Amino acid sequence: MAQQNHNMLEVSGLKKRFGDDIVLDGVDLTVSRGEVVVILGSSGCGKSTLLRCINGLESVDEGSIRIDGEEVAVGSRSLTRLRQKIGMVFQSYDLFPHKNILDNITLAPVKVQKRSKQEARAQAEQLLRRVGLWEKRKAYPRELSGGQKQRVAIVRALCLNPEIMLFDEVTAALDPEMVREVLDVMLELAQGGMTMLIVTHEMQFARAVADRIVFLDEGKVLENLPAEEFFENPRTQRAKDFLQTFEFKKQ
Amino acid sequence: MQGSGIEVLFLGSNFARLLEGLWVTMRISILAVVMSVPLGILFGLFMTLQNPIAKAVSRVYLEFIRIMPQLVLLFIAYFGVTRAFGWNWDAEFSAVLVFTLWGTAEMGDLVRGALKSIPQHQYDSAQALGMSRMQTFGYIIIPQTLRRLLPPTINLTTRMIKTTSLVVLIGITEVLKVGKQIIDVNRFRYPTASLWVYGAVFILYFLACWPVSVLAKYLEKRWR
Repeated sequence: MAQQNHNMLEVSGLKKRFGDDIVLDGVDLTVSRGEVVVILGSSGCGKSTLLRCINGLESVDEGSIRIDGEEVAVGSRSLTRLRQKIGMVFQSYDLFPHKNILDNITLAPVKVQKRSKQEARAQAEQLLRRVGLWEKRKAYPRELSGGQKQRVAIVRALCLNPEIMLFDEVTAALDPEMVREVLDVMLELAQGGMTMLIVTHEMQFARAVADRIVFLDEGKVLENLPAEEFFENPRTQRAKDFLQTFEFKKQ
Repeated sequence: MQGSGIEVLFLGSNFARLLEGLWVTMRISILAVVMSVPLGILFGLFMTLQNPIAKAVSRVYLEFIRIMPQLVLLFIAYFGVTRAFGWNWDAEFSAVLVFTLWGTAEMGDLVRGALKSIPQHQYDSAQALGMSRMQTFGYIIIPQTLRRLLPPTINLTTRMIKTTSLVVLIGITEVLKVGKQIIDVNRFRYPTASLWVYGAVFILYFLACWPVSVLAKYLEKRWR
Protein backbone atom coordinates (compact mmCIF):
# COMPACT_ATOMS: atom_id res chain seq x y z
CA MET A 1 0.00 0.00 0.00
CA ALA A 2 2.82 2.39 0.85
CA GLN A 3 4.00 4.11 -2.28
CA GLN A 4 7.64 4.81 -1.79
CA ASN A 5 7.83 7.32 -4.62
CA HIS A 6 5.61 9.77 -2.75
CA ASN A 7 6.72 12.09 -0.02
CA MET A 8 4.97 11.37 3.26
CA LEU A 9 3.57 14.88 3.29
CA GLU A 10 3.34 17.44 0.53
CA VAL A 11 1.86 20.85 1.14
CA SER A 12 1.78 23.23 -1.80
CA GLY A 13 0.53 26.79 -2.14
CA LEU A 14 -1.56 26.47 1.01
CA LYS A 15 -3.70 29.49 1.83
CA LYS A 16 -6.02 29.84 4.78
CA ARG A 17 -8.05 32.83 5.89
CA PHE A 18 -10.13 33.43 9.00
CA GLY A 19 -12.41 36.25 7.90
CA ASP A 20 -10.10 39.00 6.71
CA ASP A 21 -7.07 37.53 8.46
CA ILE A 22 -4.70 35.67 6.18
CA VAL A 23 -3.25 33.01 8.47
CA LEU A 24 -1.40 30.91 5.92
CA ASP A 25 -0.19 32.69 2.82
CA GLY A 26 1.07 30.21 0.29
CA VAL A 27 2.89 27.59 2.36
CA ASP A 28 4.99 24.94 0.60
CA LEU A 29 6.36 22.10 2.67
CA THR A 30 7.42 18.54 2.11
CA VAL A 31 8.29 15.91 4.65
CA SER A 32 9.80 12.68 3.43
CA ARG A 33 9.48 9.32 5.11
CA GLY A 34 11.35 9.10 8.40
CA GLU A 35 12.13 12.79 8.48
CA VAL A 36 11.63 14.94 11.57
CA VAL A 37 10.67 18.53 10.77
CA VAL A 38 10.21 21.17 13.43
CA ILE A 39 8.14 24.28 12.69
CA LEU A 40 9.25 27.39 14.53
CA GLY A 41 7.80 30.86 14.63
CA SER A 42 6.31 33.37 17.02
CA SER A 43 2.75 33.04 18.29
CA GLY A 44 0.11 33.69 15.70
CA CYS A 45 2.36 32.89 12.75
CA GLY A 46 0.06 30.06 11.65
CA LYS A 47 1.94 27.01 12.98
CA SER A 48 -1.02 25.41 14.73
CA THR A 49 -3.37 26.24 11.89
CA LEU A 50 -0.99 24.51 9.49
CA LEU A 51 -1.11 21.30 11.56
CA ARG A 52 -4.88 21.50 11.86
CA CYS A 53 -5.20 21.88 8.08
CA ILE A 54 -2.97 18.85 7.52
CA ASN A 55 -5.29 16.78 9.66
CA GLY A 56 -8.41 18.16 8.00
CA LEU A 57 -9.62 19.89 11.16
CA GLU A 58 -9.64 23.16 9.21
CA SER A 59 -10.72 23.58 5.62
CA VAL A 60 -8.27 25.05 3.16
CA ASP A 61 -8.94 28.08 0.97
CA GLU A 62 -6.32 27.44 -1.71
CA GLY A 63 -3.57 24.97 -2.44
CA SER A 64 -3.33 21.30 -1.61
CA ILE A 65 -2.19 18.90 1.08
CA ARG A 66 -1.23 15.34 0.22
CA ILE A 67 -0.52 12.56 2.65
CA ASP A 68 1.29 9.70 0.98
CA GLY A 69 0.09 11.04 -2.36
CA GLU A 70 -3.55 11.30 -1.33
CA GLU A 71 -5.36 14.62 -1.12
CA VAL A 72 -6.70 15.74 2.29
CA ALA A 73 -10.20 17.06 1.60
CA VAL A 74 -12.44 18.27 4.43
CA GLY A 75 -15.83 16.59 4.38
CA SER A 76 -14.79 13.78 2.03
CA ARG A 77 -15.37 10.13 2.86
CA SER A 78 -11.71 9.34 2.51
CA LEU A 79 -10.83 11.77 5.31
CA THR A 80 -11.51 9.42 8.25
CA ARG A 81 -9.42 6.74 6.53
CA LEU A 82 -6.66 9.21 5.79
CA ARG A 83 -6.66 10.47 9.38
CA GLN A 84 -5.69 7.02 10.56
CA LYS A 85 -2.37 7.56 8.85
CA ILE A 86 -1.92 10.78 10.81
CA GLY A 87 -1.43 10.77 14.56
CA MET A 88 -1.99 14.09 16.26
CA VAL A 89 -1.28 15.28 19.78
CA PHE A 90 -2.61 18.64 20.96
CA GLN A 91 -1.52 21.25 23.45
CA SER A 92 -4.57 20.90 25.69
CA TYR A 93 -4.90 17.62 27.53
CA ASP A 94 -7.37 16.02 25.21
CA LEU A 95 -7.92 12.59 26.77
CA PHE A 96 -11.53 11.51 27.13
CA PRO A 97 -12.34 12.14 30.81
CA HIS A 98 -15.08 9.50 31.04
CA LYS A 99 -12.83 6.63 29.94
CA ASN A 100 -9.88 5.07 31.71
CA ILE A 101 -6.42 5.12 30.17
CA LEU A 102 -6.66 1.76 28.45
CA ASP A 103 -10.10 2.55 26.99
CA ASN A 104 -8.87 5.95 25.83
CA ILE A 105 -6.18 4.18 23.85
CA THR A 106 -8.13 1.23 22.46
CA LEU A 107 -11.36 3.06 21.57
CA ALA A 108 -10.31 4.20 18.10
CA PRO A 109 -8.41 1.03 17.12
CA VAL A 110 -11.49 -1.05 17.98
CA LYS A 111 -14.27 1.25 16.77
CA VAL A 112 -12.60 3.01 13.86
CA GLN A 113 -10.13 0.42 12.61
CA LYS A 114 -12.37 -2.52 13.57
CA ARG A 115 -9.50 -4.39 15.15
CA SER A 116 -10.10 -7.05 17.80
CA LYS A 117 -10.14 -5.96 21.42
CA GLN A 118 -7.36 -8.37 22.43
CA GLU A 119 -5.09 -7.24 19.66
CA ALA A 120 -5.64 -3.52 20.41
CA ARG A 121 -5.05 -4.19 24.10
CA ALA A 122 -1.85 -6.07 23.41
CA GLN A 123 -0.49 -3.16 21.40
CA ALA A 124 -1.67 -0.66 24.04
CA GLU A 125 0.16 -2.67 26.69
CA GLN A 126 3.37 -2.73 24.71
CA LEU A 127 3.20 1.04 24.08
CA LEU A 128 2.20 1.92 27.64
CA ARG A 129 5.08 -0.13 28.99
CA ARG A 130 7.41 1.74 26.68
CA VAL A 131 6.38 5.09 28.21
CA GLY A 132 6.30 3.60 31.71
CA LEU A 133 2.56 3.97 32.33
CA TRP A 134 1.23 0.41 32.18
CA GLU A 135 0.49 0.58 35.92
CA LYS A 136 -1.86 3.47 35.23
CA ARG A 137 -4.01 1.63 32.68
CA LYS A 138 -7.05 1.53 34.98
CA ALA A 139 -6.72 5.15 36.13
CA TYR A 140 -8.84 8.00 34.79
CA PRO A 141 -7.25 11.02 33.10
CA ARG A 142 -8.01 13.28 36.09
CA GLU A 143 -5.78 11.09 38.26
CA LEU A 144 -2.74 11.68 36.04
CA SER A 145 -0.25 14.54 35.96
CA GLY A 146 -0.03 16.72 32.87
CA GLY A 147 3.09 14.98 31.65
CA GLN A 148 1.55 11.55 32.10
CA LYS A 149 -1.56 12.66 30.23
CA GLN A 150 0.49 13.84 27.29
CA ARG A 151 2.41 10.57 27.20
CA VAL A 152 -0.91 8.72 27.12
CA ALA A 153 -2.12 11.04 24.34
CA ILE A 154 0.98 10.13 22.34
CA VAL A 155 0.39 6.42 22.95
CA ARG A 156 -3.24 6.83 21.94
CA ALA A 157 -2.20 8.35 18.62
CA LEU A 158 0.51 5.70 18.08
CA CYS A 159 -1.90 2.84 18.68
CA LEU A 160 -3.53 3.58 15.31
CA ASN A 161 -0.16 2.82 13.67
CA PRO A 162 0.06 6.21 11.96
CA GLU A 163 2.64 6.90 9.29
CA ILE A 164 3.21 10.49 10.38
CA MET A 165 2.84 12.14 13.78
CA LEU A 166 1.85 15.79 14.29
CA PHE A 167 2.70 17.46 17.60
CA ASP A 168 1.07 20.81 18.33
CA GLU A 169 2.96 22.48 21.21
CA VAL A 170 2.43 19.41 23.35
CA THR A 171 4.56 20.71 26.22
CA ALA A 172 3.32 24.31 26.23
CA ALA A 173 0.76 23.74 28.98
CA LEU A 174 3.02 21.61 31.19
CA ASP A 175 4.90 22.45 34.34
CA PRO A 176 8.63 22.69 33.58
CA GLU A 177 9.48 19.45 35.42
CA MET A 178 7.01 17.53 33.29
CA VAL A 179 8.33 18.75 29.97
CA ARG A 180 11.31 16.43 29.95
CA GLU A 181 9.42 13.16 30.24
CA VAL A 182 7.25 14.06 27.25
CA LEU A 183 10.14 15.26 25.10
CA ASP A 184 12.07 12.07 25.89
CA VAL A 185 9.23 9.99 24.49
CA MET A 186 9.21 12.12 21.33
CA LEU A 187 12.96 11.90 20.95
CA GLU A 188 12.79 8.12 21.22
CA LEU A 189 10.08 8.03 18.56
CA ALA A 190 12.19 10.14 16.25
CA GLN A 191 15.18 7.85 16.74
CA GLY A 192 12.92 4.91 15.96
CA GLY A 193 12.36 6.34 12.48
CA MET A 194 8.90 7.88 12.86
CA THR A 195 8.02 10.66 10.45
CA MET A 196 7.24 13.69 12.57
CA LEU A 197 6.09 17.26 12.18
CA ILE A 198 6.52 19.18 15.41
CA VAL A 199 5.46 22.63 16.54
CA THR A 200 7.33 23.63 19.68
CA HIS A 201 8.87 26.50 21.59
CA GLU A 202 11.55 24.31 23.17
CA MET A 203 14.62 25.40 21.21
CA GLN A 204 17.06 22.94 22.73
CA PHE A 205 14.71 20.11 21.97
CA ALA A 206 14.10 21.36 18.44
CA ARG A 207 17.80 21.37 17.83
CA ALA A 208 18.23 17.88 19.22
CA VAL A 209 15.33 16.24 17.42
CA ALA A 210 14.99 18.01 14.07
CA ASP A 211 16.43 17.03 10.74
CA ARG A 212 15.04 20.21 9.28
CA ILE A 213 13.64 23.47 10.60
CA VAL A 214 10.84 25.37 8.92
CA PHE A 215 10.56 28.96 10.10
CA LEU A 216 7.12 30.48 9.62
CA ASP A 217 6.35 34.18 9.83
CA GLU A 218 3.02 35.84 9.06
CA GLY A 219 1.81 32.77 7.25
CA LYS A 220 4.85 32.41 5.00
CA VAL A 221 7.79 30.02 5.07
CA LEU A 222 10.82 32.26 5.59
CA GLU A 223 13.41 29.54 6.08
CA ASN A 224 13.56 25.86 5.36
CA LEU A 225 17.00 24.58 6.36
CA PRO A 226 18.79 21.64 7.92
CA ALA A 227 18.54 22.09 11.69
CA GLU A 228 22.20 22.84 12.44
CA GLU A 229 22.36 25.37 9.67
CA PHE A 230 19.26 27.17 10.84
CA PHE A 231 20.52 27.56 14.37
CA GLU A 232 24.07 28.47 13.36
CA ASN A 233 23.35 30.54 10.31
CA PRO A 234 19.81 31.76 9.90
CA ARG A 235 19.43 33.57 6.58
CA THR A 236 16.79 36.15 7.41
CA GLN A 237 16.88 38.97 9.93
CA ARG A 238 13.45 37.87 11.18
CA ALA A 239 14.79 34.43 12.11
CA LYS A 240 17.84 35.95 13.77
CA ASP A 241 15.60 38.19 15.88
CA PHE A 242 13.43 35.24 16.74
CA LEU A 243 16.35 33.12 17.92
CA GLN A 244 17.70 36.09 19.86
CA THR A 245 14.59 36.17 22.04
CA PHE A 246 15.60 32.79 23.48
CA GLU A 247 19.07 33.95 24.48
CA PHE A 248 19.72 35.46 27.86
CA LYS A 249 22.86 37.49 28.44
CA LYS A 250 23.80 39.69 31.32
CA GLN A 251 23.50 43.27 30.16
CA MET B 1 -51.82 8.85 72.40
CA GLN B 2 -55.31 9.71 73.66
CA GLY B 3 -56.17 13.28 72.74
CA SER B 4 -53.06 14.06 70.70
CA GLY B 5 -55.16 13.90 67.55
CA ILE B 6 -52.82 11.73 65.54
CA GLU B 7 -55.56 9.10 65.21
CA VAL B 8 -57.28 11.44 62.76
CA LEU B 9 -54.89 10.13 60.16
CA PHE B 10 -56.23 6.61 60.54
CA LEU B 11 -59.97 7.38 60.86
CA GLY B 12 -61.96 5.57 58.22
CA SER B 13 -60.09 5.60 54.95
CA ASN B 14 -58.24 8.84 55.65
CA PHE B 15 -54.74 7.48 55.16
CA ALA B 16 -55.67 5.64 52.00
CA ARG B 17 -57.22 8.88 50.69
CA LEU B 18 -54.01 10.79 51.41
CA LEU B 19 -52.04 8.15 49.50
CA GLU B 20 -54.51 8.42 46.65
CA GLY B 21 -53.95 12.18 46.66
CA LEU B 22 -50.21 11.58 46.57
CA TRP B 23 -50.69 9.29 43.61
CA VAL B 24 -52.46 12.10 41.72
CA THR B 25 -49.48 14.35 42.44
CA MET B 26 -47.04 11.69 41.35
CA ARG B 27 -49.05 10.78 38.25
CA ILE B 28 -49.02 14.36 37.01
CA SER B 29 -45.34 14.88 37.74
CA ILE B 30 -44.17 11.52 36.39
CA LEU B 31 -46.10 12.04 33.13
CA ALA B 32 -44.71 15.55 32.80
CA VAL B 33 -41.13 14.48 33.58
CA VAL B 34 -41.30 11.50 31.22
CA MET B 35 -42.42 13.77 28.40
CA SER B 36 -40.20 16.74 29.31
CA VAL B 37 -36.92 14.84 29.23
CA PRO B 38 -36.97 13.62 25.61
CA LEU B 39 -38.70 16.79 24.40
CA GLY B 40 -36.21 18.88 26.37
CA ILE B 41 -33.28 17.02 24.79
CA LEU B 42 -34.68 17.78 21.34
CA PHE B 43 -35.33 21.39 22.34
CA GLY B 44 -31.79 21.68 23.71
CA LEU B 45 -30.33 20.40 20.43
CA PHE B 46 -32.62 22.82 18.58
CA MET B 47 -31.27 25.69 20.69
CA THR B 48 -27.68 24.91 19.67
CA LEU B 49 -28.52 25.40 15.99
CA GLN B 50 -26.86 28.42 14.41
CA ASN B 51 -30.00 29.31 12.45
CA PRO B 52 -31.25 32.77 13.58
CA ILE B 53 -34.92 31.79 13.30
CA ALA B 54 -34.35 28.73 15.49
CA LYS B 55 -32.54 30.94 17.97
CA ALA B 56 -35.32 33.55 18.07
CA VAL B 57 -38.10 30.95 18.40
CA SER B 58 -36.39 29.06 21.20
CA ARG B 59 -35.52 32.25 23.02
CA VAL B 60 -39.09 33.52 22.98
CA TYR B 61 -40.39 30.15 24.16
CA LEU B 62 -37.83 29.85 26.94
CA GLU B 63 -38.32 33.40 28.21
CA PHE B 64 -42.12 33.18 28.05
CA ILE B 65 -42.22 29.99 30.11
CA ARG B 66 -39.61 31.29 32.54
CA ILE B 67 -41.21 34.67 33.15
CA MET B 68 -44.78 33.40 33.55
CA PRO B 69 -45.51 32.02 37.01
CA GLN B 70 -46.59 28.40 36.68
CA LEU B 71 -49.90 29.30 38.29
CA VAL B 72 -50.67 31.78 35.53
CA LEU B 73 -49.83 29.16 32.93
CA LEU B 74 -52.18 26.73 34.65
CA PHE B 75 -54.99 29.31 34.65
CA ILE B 76 -54.40 30.08 30.99
CA ALA B 77 -54.49 26.41 30.07
CA TYR B 78 -57.51 25.55 32.18
CA PHE B 79 -59.71 28.67 32.18
CA GLY B 80 -58.28 30.86 29.44
CA VAL B 81 -58.26 28.31 26.66
CA THR B 82 -61.85 27.32 27.40
CA ARG B 83 -62.94 30.96 27.28
CA ALA B 84 -61.00 31.82 24.17
CA PHE B 85 -61.47 28.74 22.03
CA GLY B 86 -64.18 26.77 23.78
CA TRP B 87 -61.86 23.75 24.18
CA ASN B 88 -62.85 22.11 27.38
CA TRP B 89 -59.66 20.56 28.65
CA ASP B 90 -59.85 18.35 31.69
CA ALA B 91 -57.93 19.78 34.69
CA GLU B 92 -55.41 16.97 34.84
CA PHE B 93 -54.71 17.24 31.12
CA SER B 94 -54.14 20.99 31.52
CA ALA B 95 -51.78 20.34 34.41
CA VAL B 96 -49.73 17.74 32.54
CA LEU B 97 -49.60 20.04 29.52
CA VAL B 98 -48.39 23.04 31.50
CA PHE B 99 -45.80 21.08 33.45
CA THR B 100 -44.55 19.45 30.25
CA LEU B 101 -44.18 22.83 28.54
CA TRP B 102 -42.34 24.14 31.57
CA GLY B 103 -40.17 21.03 31.97
CA THR B 104 -39.27 21.04 28.28
CA ALA B 105 -38.09 24.63 28.45
CA GLU B 106 -36.00 24.04 31.60
CA MET B 107 -34.65 20.71 30.38
CA GLY B 108 -33.79 22.23 27.02
CA ASP B 109 -31.75 24.92 28.68
CA LEU B 110 -29.91 22.31 30.76
CA VAL B 111 -29.12 20.26 27.63
CA ARG B 112 -27.91 23.33 25.78
CA GLY B 113 -25.64 24.27 28.67
CA ALA B 114 -24.25 20.73 29.01
CA LEU B 115 -23.54 20.45 25.28
CA LYS B 116 -21.84 23.83 25.20
CA SER B 117 -19.67 22.93 28.18
CA ILE B 118 -17.94 20.11 26.29
CA PRO B 119 -14.70 21.72 25.11
CA GLN B 120 -13.89 21.94 21.41
CA HIS B 121 -10.74 19.84 21.80
CA GLN B 122 -12.87 16.83 22.66
CA TYR B 123 -14.44 17.05 19.20
CA ASP B 124 -11.03 17.72 17.63
CA SER B 125 -9.23 14.82 19.23
CA ALA B 126 -12.06 12.39 18.44
CA GLN B 127 -11.93 13.48 14.81
CA ALA B 128 -8.14 13.34 14.76
CA LEU B 129 -8.45 9.68 15.78
CA GLY B 130 -10.49 9.11 12.64
CA MET B 131 -13.92 8.99 14.24
CA SER B 132 -16.93 9.91 12.14
CA ARG B 133 -19.44 12.50 13.33
CA MET B 134 -21.75 9.78 14.58
CA GLN B 135 -18.93 8.03 16.45
CA THR B 136 -17.76 11.32 17.95
CA PHE B 137 -21.22 12.01 19.33
CA GLY B 138 -21.94 8.40 20.30
CA TYR B 139 -18.72 7.56 22.14
CA ILE B 140 -17.39 10.94 23.26
CA ILE B 141 -19.86 13.83 23.37
CA ILE B 142 -23.14 12.22 24.46
CA PRO B 143 -21.68 10.12 27.32
CA GLN B 144 -19.99 13.23 28.74
CA THR B 145 -23.11 15.34 28.25
CA LEU B 146 -25.27 12.79 30.08
CA ARG B 147 -22.90 12.77 33.03
CA ARG B 148 -23.14 16.51 33.32
CA LEU B 149 -26.87 16.45 32.76
CA LEU B 150 -27.99 13.87 35.27
CA PRO B 151 -27.73 15.80 38.54
CA PRO B 152 -29.54 18.94 37.29
CA THR B 153 -32.18 16.79 35.59
CA ILE B 154 -32.93 15.06 38.85
CA ASN B 155 -33.13 18.40 40.63
CA LEU B 156 -35.61 19.54 38.01
CA THR B 157 -37.64 16.38 38.66
CA THR B 158 -37.96 17.10 42.37
CA ARG B 159 -38.87 20.70 41.61
CA MET B 160 -41.63 19.48 39.30
CA ILE B 161 -42.97 17.08 41.92
CA LYS B 162 -43.19 19.90 44.46
CA THR B 163 -44.66 22.46 42.10
CA THR B 164 -47.57 20.17 41.20
CA SER B 165 -49.16 21.26 44.50
CA LEU B 166 -50.39 24.28 42.50
CA VAL B 167 -52.89 22.12 40.61
CA VAL B 168 -55.18 22.39 43.62
CA LEU B 169 -56.08 25.81 42.27
CA ILE B 170 -57.60 24.40 39.11
CA GLY B 171 -59.67 21.96 41.13
CA ILE B 172 -57.58 18.82 41.16
CA THR B 173 -57.86 16.82 44.36
CA GLU B 174 -54.23 15.98 45.03
CA VAL B 175 -52.57 15.19 48.32
CA LEU B 176 -52.75 18.70 49.78
CA LYS B 177 -56.43 19.07 48.89
CA VAL B 178 -57.26 15.70 50.47
CA GLY B 179 -55.44 16.84 53.59
CA LYS B 180 -57.46 20.03 53.70
CA GLN B 181 -60.71 18.06 53.37
CA ILE B 182 -59.74 15.78 56.24
CA ILE B 183 -58.88 18.78 58.43
CA ASP B 184 -62.15 20.55 57.59
CA VAL B 185 -64.31 17.52 58.36
CA ASN B 186 -62.62 16.91 61.72
CA ARG B 187 -62.22 20.53 62.76
CA PHE B 188 -64.32 20.20 65.93
CA ARG B 189 -63.54 16.69 67.03
CA TYR B 190 -59.80 16.98 66.41
CA PRO B 191 -58.72 20.64 66.65
CA THR B 192 -55.06 19.63 66.19
CA ALA B 193 -55.77 17.71 62.99
CA SER B 194 -54.02 20.29 60.82
CA LEU B 195 -50.71 19.63 62.53
CA TRP B 196 -50.91 15.86 61.97
CA VAL B 197 -52.32 16.00 58.50
CA TYR B 198 -49.91 18.58 57.15
CA GLY B 199 -47.13 16.73 58.96
CA ALA B 200 -48.12 13.56 57.16
CA VAL B 201 -48.24 15.43 53.83
CA PHE B 202 -44.78 16.81 54.51
CA ILE B 203 -43.45 13.31 55.13
CA LEU B 204 -45.15 11.97 52.01
CA TYR B 205 -43.57 14.69 49.85
CA PHE B 206 -40.27 13.99 51.49
CA LEU B 207 -40.57 10.28 50.76
CA ALA B 208 -41.38 11.05 47.14
CA CYS B 209 -38.48 13.46 46.56
CA TRP B 210 -35.77 12.13 48.84
CA PRO B 211 -34.88 8.94 46.91
CA VAL B 212 -34.53 11.06 43.78
CA SER B 213 -32.15 13.43 45.58
CA VAL B 214 -30.12 10.53 46.94
CA LEU B 215 -29.84 9.11 43.44
CA ALA B 216 -28.62 12.49 42.19
CA LYS B 217 -25.94 12.69 44.84
CA TYR B 218 -24.81 9.14 44.23
CA LEU B 219 -24.49 9.66 40.49
CA GLU B 220 -22.73 12.98 40.94
CA LYS B 221 -20.11 11.30 43.08
CA ARG B 222 -19.70 8.30 40.82
CA TRP B 223 -19.42 10.25 37.58
CA ARG B 224 -17.35 13.15 38.68
